[in-house]
Amino acid sequence: MNSLPILSTLFRLELGEWFEKLIDFLTNYFSWLFDAVAFVVEGMVDAFEFVFGLQFINQESDVIFTIAAFIIIVIISLLAWLASGKKIGLTIGTFLGLTLIYSVDLWESAVETIALVLVAAVIALLIGIPLGIAASRNQRLSESVIRPALDFMQTMPAFVYLIPAVIFFGLGPVAGAIATIIFSMPPVVRLTNLGIRQVPEEVIEAGKSLGSTPKQLLLKVQLPIALPTILAGVNQTILLALSMVVIASMIGAGGLGNPVLTGITSLDIGTGFEGGVSVVVLAMILDRITQALGESSSK
Amino acid sequence: MSHLEIKNLYKIFGHNADDALRMSEDGVSKAEILKETGATIGVNNVSFNIEKGETFVVMGLSGSGKSTLIRCLNRLIMPTYGEVIVDGDDVISADDEKLRMLRRKKMAMVFQNFGLFPHRTIRRNVDYGLEVQGVEEEKRIKKAYEVLETVGLKGYEEQRPNELSGGMQQRVGLARALVNDPDILLMDEAFSALDPLIRNDMQDQLIELQEKMKKTIVFITHDLDEALKLGDRIAVMYDGTIVQIGTPEDILTNPANDYVKNFVENVDRSRVIKAESIMRKPRAVIDTKDGPKMALRQMEKAQISSIFVTDKHHKLKGVVDAEEAYALVEKGEKSLKSIVKTEGLYEVSPDTLITDMLPMASKSKYPIAVVDENRKLKGIIVRVSVIAGIHGKHMEGDANDE
Repeated sequence: MNSLPILSTLFRLELGEWFEKLIDFLTNYFSWLFDAVAFVVEGMVDAFEFVFGLQFINQESDVIFTIAAFIIIVIISLLAWLASGKKIGLTIGTFLGLTLIYSVDLWESAVETIALVLVAAVIALLIGIPLGIAASRNQRLSESVIRPALDFMQTMPAFVYLIPAVIFFGLGPVAGAIATIIFSMPPVVRLTNLGIRQVPEEVIEAGKSLGSTPKQLLLKVQLPIALPTILAGVNQTILLALSMVVIASMIGAGGLGNPVLTGITSLDIGTGFEGGVSVVVLAMILDRITQALGESSSK
Repeated sequence: MSHLEIKNLYKIFGHNADDALRMSEDGVSKAEILKETGATIGVNNVSFNIEKGETFVVMGLSGSGKSTLIRCLNRLIMPTYGEVIVDGDDVISADDEKLRMLRRKKMAMVFQNFGLFPHRTIRRNVDYGLEVQGVEEEKRIKKAYEVLETVGLKGYEEQRPNELSGGMQQRVGLARALVNDPDILLMDEAFSALDPLIRNDMQDQLIELQEKMKKTIVFITHDLDEALKLGDRIAVMYDGTIVQIGTPEDILTNPANDYVKNFVENVDRSRVIKAESIMRKPRAVIDTKDGPKMALRQMEKAQISSIFVTDKHHKLKGVVDAEEAYALVEKGEKSLKSIVKTEGLYEVSPDTLITDMLPMASKSKYPIAVVDENRKLKGIIVRVSVIAGIHGKHMEGDANDE
C-alpha cells in the first residue's frame, strides 16, 4: 500500500492543473468575449423580467405589482389555451397553478426563474437545432465530435462547470444561464439529429428525384417531417433547463432555487416545500404547453 | 440516336472499384471479387437503348441490381463507370444545376412504397415538383388538380396521404411524377406493394394512360406477369447483368438461358402468346373463281375436309365443306359461290391472345382464321394449336385439319 503514493507521483497526470491554466488563459485573453455574452444574456433576462412586470416591485404600493402579476397570469393561461388547441382543463390548471405561486409570495422568484429558463432554453435551441441538423448531414462530425461533446455536457456534474462559469461571468443570473444552456442543450441536438435521420429514404429520394436543391429538401421535406421529434427535444431541453434552477441559484442566479436553498440550509421545511412546489407547477405548465405544440404539429 | 441510351454501366460498391472492374472483365465471379477486393458489383456492364414512347421493363429477383440500375438513370445513385444519355445529353457528367433541370423537366420517378410527403396534403404532394421550380401557387394548384383528375383522384386534393388507401396513394405518386410533364417515367416496383386486385387495376390504368400520354417508361418489377403485361420490351436481370432483352414473346418462346427458362416456366402463357405466333400457313386455299372440282382436288391433296376461300387479293371470303363441294360437283355446278359460308367461322387479328381464342376453339368446327385489318388471310389456327400454345409446345407434323 505504501508504494502506491510513490507510483502515483511518478505517473500523476496534471489534468486539473492544465484545465486551470486553460481557464486562466481564457479569462486573460477572451474576457471581451465573455463580457459580450454576458451583456446579451443579461439584457435578455432583464427584458423578460421587465415584460413580466417586475419593475413594479419596488414601488410604494403593492397594488400595481399585484395587478401586473395577474395580467401576466391571465396572459399565460390564454397562451396555454391557444397552444393546447383550446383545452379548458389545461387553461384552468395553468391559472390556478400560477395563482398558487403568487399566493405563497413567490411570484417574483418565479418570474426570475421563467426568465432565466426561457432565455437559456432559447439560446440552447438556437445553437442546438443547427448543430443537430449538421450532425444529421455528416456522419463523421456526428460520431467523432458532436456525440462525445454531448455526452460530456450531459454527464459532467453541473457543479464542475458552475465554477468556470462564475470565473468568466461572475456571480449572478448570467453564469446561471450559461450553466443551464450547457446542461440543457444535448436533448434537442440528439433529437433533431434523430428526427432528420428517421425520415424514410424513399421520401428523401422522392424529393431529390423531383429536382429539389439541398436547401429545399431540408426545409420542405426533412425538417417538417422531423418536426414532432424535434419538438420532443425542445420539450426536454426546457424541462432540463428548469431542473437547473436550484443549482443555478447557488451562484446567485436568484429565482425559485433561493427558497429551496434557504430551506435546506436553515432546515426550514416549509419554505423549501413552497419553493419546490412552485418549481413543479412551472415544470408542468411548460411541459404541457410544449407537448401540446408538438402534438398539433404532428397532426 | 435513341431517346435513352445506357452504355456499359457499372455500379460498384466499395473502395476498390478499379480492381473489381478489371477482375470482372477477366471473368472472375462476383463472390470471388467480393472476397479479393471487398467490392460488390451491383450493376455489371449493362447496356441498352430505349426509344420514345416505349415501355421498357427490367425484371429480376431481389438482389439482381434492378433498383440500383434505375437509380443510376436519374443519379439517385452515382454509377461507377459508363454512360447514361438522354436525348444526346450525358447525365453522368452533368453538374448539380443541370442534373436538377433533368430531374425537373425530363425524368420523374414513382417509388415502391410511394415515398409521399406525410406532412403535405395530396395537392401539395403533387405540386411539389412545381414548387421547387418557383412556379406561382395559382398555376401549381391548377396543374395539380388537372393531373389528379387524370389519375382518378378528383375530390381528394385536400386529404392527407395517410387518409388514402394504398392504391390511391400510388396514384398520388404517379400524379406527382406526371406534374412536370416528364418525357421519361421511372417506376421502381411501383405496384409491388399493392394487393393483387388493386395491382391489376393500376396496371390497366397505366396502360390506358400510356395510350394517351405516350411517355417513355422504365418499369422495374420482380413479377413476370406484370412484366409481360406492361412491357413492349423486357430486360431480364440476374446478378447485376442483363441476361436477355426482348419482347414478351421472345422471352417466353426463346429464353436465352436456364435462368430465364425457369423464370418463365410457370407463367400463364395464354395471356401472352398471340395468335400470330401459333398460327400456321394454310396448307391449301382456293380462289373464289375456282370451281367445286378444284376445291375437292385441293382438299384431297392436303388431306383436309374443309378449305378457306380467298379472292385474288388474298381477302378471306369464307370456307367450303367437302360434302357440299361434292354435292355441287354431282349437280354439275361450276361456281362455288352458293356454298361459301362465313357463319361458324371465327376470324381474329394477329395480336389476339390465346385466352380470347379458347372459347372460339371449343365452338368452331373450322380452324380459326387469322386476318389483318384488310381481312387478308395471314394464317390459320387449328384447335390443337390453341391448346398446345398454352403449354408452350410446338406441334410437330400436320395438324392442319381437325
